[in-house]
Amino acid sequence: MGELLGSYDILGAFLVNVRLTLWSALFAFVLGTVLAVMRVSPAPSLRWAGAAYVNTVRNIPLTLIILAASLGLWGQLGVELAGRDSGDFIATNSFRLAVLGLSVYTAAFVCEALRSGVNTVPAGQAEAARAIGLGFGATMRLIILPQAFRGAIAPLGNTLIALAKNTTVAQAAGVVQAASVMNTMMEFRPDLAVAIFLIIALGWVAIVLPTGLVTTHLSRRLGVAR
Amino acid sequence: MRRTRTAIALSLAAALTLAACGGGGDDEPAEGGGAEETSAAGGDGGGEGVTIGIKFDQPGLGLQEGAEYTGFDVDVARYVADKLGYSEDQIEFVESISSQRETLLENGSVDMIFATYSITDARKERVAFAGPYFVAGQDLLVAADDEEITGPEALSGKVLCSVEGSTSAERIRDEYAEDVELYPAQTYSECVELLSAGTVDAVTTDDIILAGFAAQDQYEGQFKVVGNTFSEENYGVGLPKENDVCEDVNAAITEMIEDGTWEELLAEHTPEGFTPDASLNPPEVDGCA
Repeated sequence: MGELLGSYDILGAFLVNVRLTLWSALFAFVLGTVLAVMRVSPAPSLRWAGAAYVNTVRNIPLTLIILAASLGLWGQLGVELAGRDSGDFIATNSFRLAVLGLSVYTAAFVCEALRSGVNTVPAGQAEAARAIGLGFGATMRLIILPQAFRGAIAPLGNTLIALAKNTTVAQAAGVVQAASVMNTMMEFRPDLAVAIFLIIALGWVAIVLPTGLVTTHLSRRLGVAR
Repeated sequence: MRRTRTAIALSLAAALTLAACGGGGDDEPAEGGGAEETSAAGGDGGGEGVTIGIKFDQPGLGLQEGAEYTGFDVDVARYVADKLGYSEDQIEFVESISSQRETLLENGSVDMIFATYSITDARKERVAFAGPYFVAGQDLLVAADDEEITGPEALSGKVLCSVEGSTSAERIRDEYAEDVELYPAQTYSECVELLSAGTVDAVTTDDIILAGFAAQDQYEGQFKVVGNTFSEENYGVGLPKENDVCEDVNAAITEMIEDGTWEELLAEHTPEGFTPDASLNPPEVDGCA
């Protein structure tokens, strides 16, 4: 076991998964919030566009989205998200394309989690906001969304956990992370297959378990008691 | 209404009949599949079959096209099986992707593997090898008009594609990482497609695998194998650890090389102008340990 840890950068590989998760979570949260606001807005065209996005993206397998970002955008269309001379152009470019794919995909789930959060806010709150003269933007910003976020912590946590595990799919875009190192170890040390599986499985437990505990704790503390 | 009902009843009846026929037909391959259990330990074949693991996606080496299997590995496997006393219709080819080869041999799903299987010490811990029947070397595939890339030393600043988890990718990381931008793809077809689009500058893996891709119809004339190998991969025949056919397989391989079949098969499955490392080929088989 020590032999494996010594010759392969397993920790560094898991760090890539964590970095992918954090960046994608950030972008997906922003895009997902915009989509959720669109879906509950009074304008039918916005509602339609939001619903169309969610229903399309949510139903495409993640691997296809990542492949579209990597082989489509970069491979065929030549879109580059990093400087050619940066020294690790390929690694940076692949990483950013993977973050793009993961964000676009996860945003659909963030949107739905937030919409469930909006549903926890009683209709009377929106009516009261309207009654004191607030427009749609101000109502969302000041009244609805702050409560919706707090009500949606648990489903958002689930989305985050799913995202963390989905980062292994970034391998399809050529990002070297835990799944890649596992492949390499399996190729060179088939005799240690069981140890390799155990190390990788433990790594995932170490990442996912705390995420679940933290979000459960937060949802208890911050959830709006009704 | 009645008419629709009749139509439904009729089509149901037809479907049932068809299903019944299908069921009857299924029995035969199922029986053939039973041969899996009789391992290569049978040796002389007799009425049993042999299950051979090959690659299904490796043009020139092991490729599945409909029900047909073509390639150098496949034909070597056929030759060896023939010498072991199995007729053509007793051979069952199954797919053995790289990461599953040891497992397939250990659990008896296959009797032997001919699938660009390099003999290494770590693998010998779990499986046995006959051969080698070919010595490949890591090489580069580049655009046909590329004069710049002549070997691994000329890759500075270039984007190179290989498959993640392969020996080839790992060697580039270990020995050339400073100068080379490595794109770790999922499959070599992906690499070759990226090379064709001009997104990567070169593809690296064993020379004979590259030659197979270069010879594909859709890429005809687009690529060339550089021909400056920088490793030694001894392709062996993967066998279960406990087997009694290793000596026979080695004898068959030696005979294949001596009677000229080896050279014929190689010429048939690689593009014109491809020459394997002549100092190592044709190889001499190692003894069975």
